[in-house]
Amino acid sequence: MCGATQGGLSLDGIDVAKEAVVQGQVLRDGEPVASAYVRLLDRTGEFTAEVPTSATGHFRFFAGNGEWTLRTLAPKADPVDRKVHAQVGEVAEVSISV
Amino acid sequence: MTRETSLVTTQWVEEHAHDDNVVLIEVDEDTTAYDKGHIAGAIKLDWTTDLQDQVRRDFVNKRQFEELLSERGVANDDTVVLYGGNNNWFAAYAYWYFTLYGHADVKLMDGGRKKWELDSRPLTDEVPSREKTSYTATEQDRSIRAFRDDTVAAIGTQNLIDVRSPDEYAGRLLAPAHLPQEQAQRAGHVPTSLNVPWSKNCNDDGTFKSDEDLKALYAEVGIDDSKDTIALCRIGERSSLTWFVLKELLGHQNVKNYDGSWTEYGSLVGVPIALGDEPGTAEDA
Repeated sequence: MCGATQGGLSLDGIDVAKEAVVQGQVLRDGEPVASAYVRLLDRTGEFTAEVPTSATGHFRFFAGNGEWTLRTLAPKADPVDRKVHAQVGEVAEVSISV
Repeated sequence: MTRETSLVTTQWVEEHAHDDNVVLIEVDEDTTAYDKGHIAGAIKLDWTTDLQDQVRRDFVNKRQFEELLSERGVANDDTVVLYGGNNNWFAAYAYWYFTLYGHADVKLMDGGRKKWELDSRPLTDEVPSREKTSYTATEQDRSIRAFRDDTVAAIGTQNLIDVRSPDEYAGRLLAPAHLPQEQAQRAGHVPTSLNVPWSKNCNDDGTFKSDEDLKALYAEVGIDDSKDTIALCRIGERSSLTWFVLKELLGHQNVKNYDGSWTEYGSLVGVPIALGDEPGTAEDA
């Protein structure tokens, strides 16, 4: 069993063994936020990538080994920073509340 | 060009989107974003199908560009306002195209789609219809486009600005981290190129930093104002944004975008490559 968390994004078609996946969902009061933006910052705080959340509030990055920060921007909310550790061959699942 | 002539705010767009001579165009990396919702009145350009030749690796040529804009109902005297996702990466890429083919009045919406959404402004799924036009483009303005030989010749002699993220520049990643990493070509950067990630041009909400902050940013990395500049990234879209900053906002004279960028350079046989966080020297090249 791959250990995907309930409601997590499908990993079909992705060679997880070669990627350091960081993915998750943005929630407000337990409900998915479809209009949020999640930024991936590297270990020095430098911007690396950004994605808008999907209709179900989901996002995904293909990072590298190490420590990363997820910065989430959403309408009518302060930015939220979350640290995450990524590792090639693993999927880091992160749930973010704004 | 200046900030006043090349940028408009989201507020300006909300007030002027329906003016007769204004054409709002969304250009996104995610080419389905428009279909899920866009600013009322905006048409869409798909960078993969509308702006690229579908057989060889190159832009649409002058005739194809004319046919595209005529068919979409864009006239030569229209004010074209471009916006998109990813902090306007692909909108800036389209801005560069419009400039390359001589469109007189083209602007970017500061902050792009993200700023619009974070402002909680409305989106619609209604697709507008526009009367066909007879658009005439000029020949490509080669003074803003760099090719691979220009880039190799610029090592140690011109400003080379690599706008990818530090991990891509150093060779630790091969693509932006929201894309799968498998690629055929080598990792690293052009020796002597300075790494100024495109994101340093922008605030978190996608709007551009002030001219003072931008000037300070490029002064700090040691850009030589007396020399020509080539901007590059992976496929030429993020570097369009930096080209926009240097040429249109800060008024540098000779700035070219290398649209082949790392997916071409990193696949060339025999060209020099530097690895790691330091620019490297022309002597290594």
